[in-house]
Amino acid sequence: MSRKVHVQTQINGENVEFLCEPRQSMLEVLRNELDLTGAKEGCNNGNCGACTIIVEGRPVNSCCMLGVEAEGKEIQTIEGVATPEGLHPLQQKFLEHAALQCGICTPGFIMNAKVLLETNPNPTEEEVRFWLAGNLCRCTGYDKIIRAVLDTTETTGVSTNG
Amino acid sequence: MQAFDYVAAKSLSEAVNLLTKYRDQARILSGGTDLIVQVRENHRQVGMMVDIKGVPEVNTLSYNGSLEIGASVPCYKIYSNEAIKSNFPALVDATSIIGGVQIQSRASVGGNLCNASPAADSIPALIILGTQCVVNGPDGERSVAVEDFCDGPGQTALESNELLVKLVIPTPAPNASSFYLRFTPRNEMDIAVVGAGAAVELSADHQTFVSARIALGAVAPTPLFADDASSLLAGKPVSDESIEEACEAAKDIATPISDMRGTAAQRTHLVGVLTRRALNGAINRIKEGS
Ligand code: FES
Ligand code: FES
Repeated sequence: MSRKVHVQTQINGENVEFLCEPRQSMLEVLRNELDLTGAKEGCNNGNCGACTIIVEGRPVNSCCMLGVEAEGKEIQTIEGVATPEGLHPLQQKFLEHAALQCGICTPGFIMNAKVLLETNPNPTEEEVRFWLAGNLCRCTGYDKIIRAVLDTTETTGVSTNG
Repeated sequence: MQAFDYVAAKSLSEAVNLLTKYRDQARILSGGTDLIVQVRENHRQVGMMVDIKGVPEVNTLSYNGSLEIGASVPCYKIYSNEAIKSNFPALVDATSIIGGVQIQSRASVGGNLCNASPAADSIPALIILGTQCVVNGPDGERSVAVEDFCDGPGQTALESNELLVKLVIPTPAPNASSFYLRFTPRNEMDIAVVGAGAAVELSADHQTFVSARIALGAVAPTPLFADDASSLLAGKPVSDESIEEACEAAKDIATPISDMRGTAAQRTHLVGVLTRRALNGAINRIKEGS
């Protein structure tokens, strides 16, 4: 076993320090060391997107990132998406559209869709489907998820001139 | 996962020194989207991971007479780059279909190349664009043409104490463009059954091929430069007949295997179809002035 490494990072706006082995993925660090169990392990090989987190503003599969790579980075996880005032509009729309059944895929979809709407506030349906292609859902058949994301773009009014 | 040590190298010389010390035990970590999975699934033994994302040279992305892409530049930065969109569209075609956006946030073209999969989407695109790979090692820098970089599945021309620093791509001629496409059962998040790229330069009146470069993926142990198919187009009229001749010549060099993705016969057939579409795609882009 190799020595543990001390890592300083920022997660959901808070400075966080942890010790981890180089072989621990960011997903393992979040779930096992930091008790942030919102990101899920589906495939553990980069195919399902259930482990999606946001690193420096970009969606990333945390199972394909080492915990030690978090050093000095800004990270967002599903735990930081809702505020004390209420749910994020995407979370609200997922509820309204029943865009989840078992819910395992949901944190990953929300994190990835959040970056989509931050980079492209008024995506077409095709753009939403392509952007979310790296997220798998075995329950919903995807359509409700796509509707929920599209409905968020229309109601948050981030950009309505498009 | 197997245990290994990790160093975030700050300079090329630090990375080369670590490679020299650990040789076969060391692996370069960039996006990690292939490497971390391979290590977890025990397809690769690694004692020392050398993260090079903090090395300035591997993060360059500049267009000044030639295009320079640092080995660690992730796919999304490549397909969002305006100079690449207008001058090297085949690179946009290839990088925007490697995995989904989460993969594209981290996966680099340099990593796609060093992983040396026969089906890697970016390698045919790099081949048709005439890319040179700049490699650094204990004896300094050397350059390798990208079509000579892969030796077999997962095998490259890199010595165990060398690393890829950047890719250098010459500026295309005025009446030139490029196109890459692949065949997959699913539109995205899939691996090429066959891939084909074409870079074409036409005469000013768009009637004659000045030159062409065709490359193929997933039909041999390494991505292939279709040398004969490419050179026979030079000086030929832009016509269905010339294109068909090139497609047949491209099929001649394909030596595909049959596996769960497709049979050898289907793959050979696809080489013809995709080569035609890649050539026509590049020609159309020239005509549209892209
Ligand atoms: S668990 Fe990370 S992509 Fe599936
Ligand atoms: S809701 Fe069950 S996997 Fe998506």
